Amino acid sequence: MKKELIELRVNGLTHELAIEPSALLLDVLRRDLGLTGSKRGCDDSSCGACTVLVDGTPMLACTLLASSCEGQEIATVEGISEHGSLAAIQKAYGDWGGAQCGYCTPGFMITVKHLLSVNPDPTDEEIRSALSGNLCRCTGYTQMYTAIKAAIEAEKKGMAKA
Amino acid sequence: MPNDQRPATNDFSIIGKSIAMVDAAGKTTGSGKYTDDLSLPGMLYGKILHSPHPHARIKGIDTSRAERLDGVIAVVTGKDAPNPFGILPVGHDEHALALDKVRYVGDNVACVAAVSEAIAEQALELIDVEYELLPAYFDPEKSMKAETNLIHDNKPNNLEKDYHHVFGDPEKAFAQADYVAEGRFLANEVTHAAMEPHSTLASFELDPHTGKLGRLTVWSSTQVPYYLQHKLSLVLEMPMSQIRVIKPLVGGGFGGKSEVIPIEIIAGIAARAAQRPVKITYTREEVFWAHRGRPRTIVDLKTAVKNDGRITAVKARVVQDGGAYCSYGVVTILYSGALLGALYDIPNIQYDGYRVLTNKPACGAMRGHGTVNVRFAFESQLDEIAAKLNLDAAEIRRRNLLRPPCITINGLRVQSYGLPECIDQVVTRSRWSERKGKLPSGRGLGIACSHYVSGAANSIIRSDMPHSTVNIKIDRDGGVVIYTGASDIGQGSDTMVAQVAAETLGCALFRVKVIAADTDLTPIDIGSYSSRVTFMNGNATLRAAHEVRKQIAAAAAKKMNCAAEDIVFRNDRLACGDGSLTRPGGAELRSESPTVSGRVEGQILRGSLQQKRKDEGPRDSMTFEEAVVAGIDFHGALIGTGSYAPPPEARGGKHKGAGVGPSPAYSYSAQVAEVSVDEDTGEVTVHKVWAAHDCGRALNPVSVEGQVIGSVWMGMGQALTEEMIWKDGLLMNPGLLEYRSPSSVESPEVEAIIVESIDPEGPFGAKEASEGSLAATIPAIANAIYDAAGIRLHESPFTPERVLAALRAKRNAKPLDLTEGVDPTAPARFREHGGELCFKGKGPERHECDAARPPARPGGSD
Repeated sequence: MKKELIELRVNGLTHELAIEPSALLLDVLRRDLGLTGSKRGCDDSSCGACTVLVDGTPMLACTLLASSCEGQEIATVEGISEHGSLAAIQKAYGDWGGAQCGYCTPGFMITVKHLLSVNPDPTDEEIRSALSGNLCRCTGYTQMYTAIKAAIEAEKKGMAKA
Repeated sequence: MPNDQRPATNDFSIIGKSIAMVDAAGKTTGSGKYTDDLSLPGMLYGKILHSPHPHARIKGIDTSRAERLDGVIAVVTGKDAPNPFGILPVGHDEHALALDKVRYVGDNVACVAAVSEAIAEQALELIDVEYELLPAYFDPEKSMKAETNLIHDNKPNNLEKDYHHVFGDPEKAFAQADYVAEGRFLANEVTHAAMEPHSTLASFELDPHTGKLGRLTVWSSTQVPYYLQHKLSLVLEMPMSQIRVIKPLVGGGFGGKSEVIPIEIIAGIAARAAQRPVKITYTREEVFWAHRGRPRTIVDLKTAVKNDGRITAVKARVVQDGGAYCSYGVVTILYSGALLGALYDIPNIQYDGYRVLTNKPACGAMRGHGTVNVRFAFESQLDEIAAKLNLDAAEIRRRNLLRPPCITINGLRVQSYGLPECIDQVVTRSRWSERKGKLPSGRGLGIACSHYVSGAANSIIRSDMPHSTVNIKIDRDGGVVIYTGASDIGQGSDTMVAQVAAETLGCALFRVKVIAADTDLTPIDIGSYSSRVTFMNGNATLRAAHEVRKQIAAAAAKKMNCAAEDIVFRNDRLACGDGSLTRPGGAELRSESPTVSGRVEGQILRGSLQQKRKDEGPRDSMTFEEAVVAGIDFHGALIGTGSYAPPPEARGGKHKGAGVGPSPAYSYSAQVAEVSVDEDTGEVTVHKVWAAHDCGRALNPVSVEGQVIGSVWMGMGQALTEEMIWKDGLLMNPGLLEYRSPSSVESPEVEAIIVESIDPEGPFGAKEASEGSLAATIPAIANAIYDAAGIRLHESPFTPERVLAALRAKRNAKPLDLTEGVDPTAPARFREHGGELCFKGKGPERHECDAARPPARPGGSD
């Protein structure tokens, strides 16, 4: 298939890329841009390990054509760290056992980041519901809830200081 | 011995503290590299051609059309590497690529290495394979009667292995019993479904002397890098010394990566043929075919008791539907029998185990290996007995406790035994006594127990080799580098090793760097399976750290003018005697960043240091870095090695098959599940599980809790929703939506309760934490369902269909036939596992271009 030239904006940088029109966003991120943080856990949008933000909305990069994202703002797990250090949610997932093998974690990072951006103080039910599109086989999710609550607390403290 | 080295105190600075895993940041930022994240210049992509038939002879393979496709560099088949392999020495029955026969839908036939995945996939369609179809076997009990068209010619009756064990005098005990319970239990097949699909990258380098292909480096998603190195050597006919296996981050294993999966060898074969690096990553569907999960198991169980609830005998006949290859099968069927012992005191045991071959993907080791399905049967039956004898279900378990230290009737040595406390904990926390049997209709509580080995006392390949060896190197920079073959697959073994070393050396955790699982760099460790790593690699780390510590102490003693034995290592300092090293502020644990003066001092040249020493005279304490410099000045490099092999007295009895089951220590678990049953829909909801787990000592409590919760959760998946559904050897649900792993909304709260029995031989008293809790969850839920709705479910998972069927049976209503009016030629039960080859029903219509489309039937297509 003949390649076409597209411009993709990822984590605040614009990349000019020659890709096949059928190329999936996940493959372009991982292979063309070397952003291997987004993972492939399935091939049919059932696991959520490839979740990225497209114009602020969580989307599954494994079933999204890269060329359809032209002109949109894509954020991957690589863009989550703040000012060169771990974001509160990243720190909390480490501290509270939210990540074990870590393969699903990038997807969760994006999902949780989105949740907290639209709902800074979610209830338990809202957290469960927000995470339900991401599968994890290690943790049983329980420690993720603790981590998310710890991150919310840390953010609040940070805000209070600022 | 570790027990001599174990501090006689509970006062630790790093052990027992909840800390983030040492590799956590790589996981949360996405910077950590898993195998599929790696690539090499000139790397090709491999794709595998799988068999579409469950059982067929290969008459011929023509790869010429595929080879001519532009972009295809190599096409390999079984002839390119015909040596057989298998994880067990008695089970070398697999070929990386099929030689003469395929034995399941998904068996590996050929591999294409091409410049892109798309081209490789295209080339697969150009490979012509001629098959001669053979009758296939899908039901283990029918397969056991087969005489012709055997799956493996050397396995009569398709029987991989059978064992018949009698301990004590079960017949007499059954004759003298007050009550005998008897029943058939069926646990359907489940799989690991680790989030990371298997992936392997293989690359040869050219030998400078011969100019030909030389050493091979393989990066692979494996729990057992050293077994992989060994099997690659067998199949590729290369010396092990020429093969380097590196384990990058592994995205979960649960046993699915605890043996050599054909993809790992195929990548090597393809890289050799293509003379370029080749990476193969399974699709999710291929992961389901690769499988090696927990076999569908039929358990016929009989338990004899006295009126007071004391168990006097157990008789179990276990049939496992093992799939097409041996895999870990011989071990699985032995675990099923062996771990009838070591949980309760059972004086008489009879076990008949059959591991049967069928034309389905091979089953292997999965979390709780071999013990889970039998435990479901046993604990369910014990609940039935308690109800029959009018005993409390927690009480009947208390009446059958072991009295350790002891050796069970089947030769298992039990030392630390936290089960009584586990039962007490869950009974108290769940308010069992007040609530059991008193909840509103449709809601109930159930209790069950389980246990697991902390590593097998006998390795797969019998030898005198230690099971784990760890090297530690400390250099002038004050950095502690640990070289361990332990494979972190997400369970946190790198962190465990770092904690054990830092605690022993009294240094700050930030100093410790773990180099793990690289066969060129790290000493041999047999792998991450059977929950052996904390116990065995932890002990090896402890010994290595003690060796280095001794060297440092000897040098520091001279500087401090005190006896080496009196030196205390703690909080990144050394002191004579118990000189208070605990600093206020509690900053001791986490990276206390090195002081500039410390760093400079660490780097001062020898001469000036000696000068400084003269100036200062003896001191009563020194920093870790100063001590390291002194040690290196005194000894040269600081290097320590530690090994661990299980003690002979823990290695079990002498009967045939006695090698499986013995462990240096067992973990224990008790659980209470609270569920509700919707009698209209048959849906079971688990509201909460209280899980108490005796892990000896929790080296890192947050990690231990994570492992326990994860085990309970995975057990709940098997109990309620997870099931591999087969139809004529074809998996009906090879995807993560169809294979129903519970999502966050379906997952209950799990309260993990840590019980510490402080094992006399474990590192700081630790035992396993990652598997033992899984088995109790399934029967705890089954027993809770009985409490809620009065039905006993003997087949897992407890789907709405099965629950409704049981509820109808309880009401004496006519059984529902879900296939009624669907297709009269379909099997009687929709989820039929057995049945002969060639289901004659219509099945899904194939596309008219599909070569496998059957010729048009008379009467046209309706």
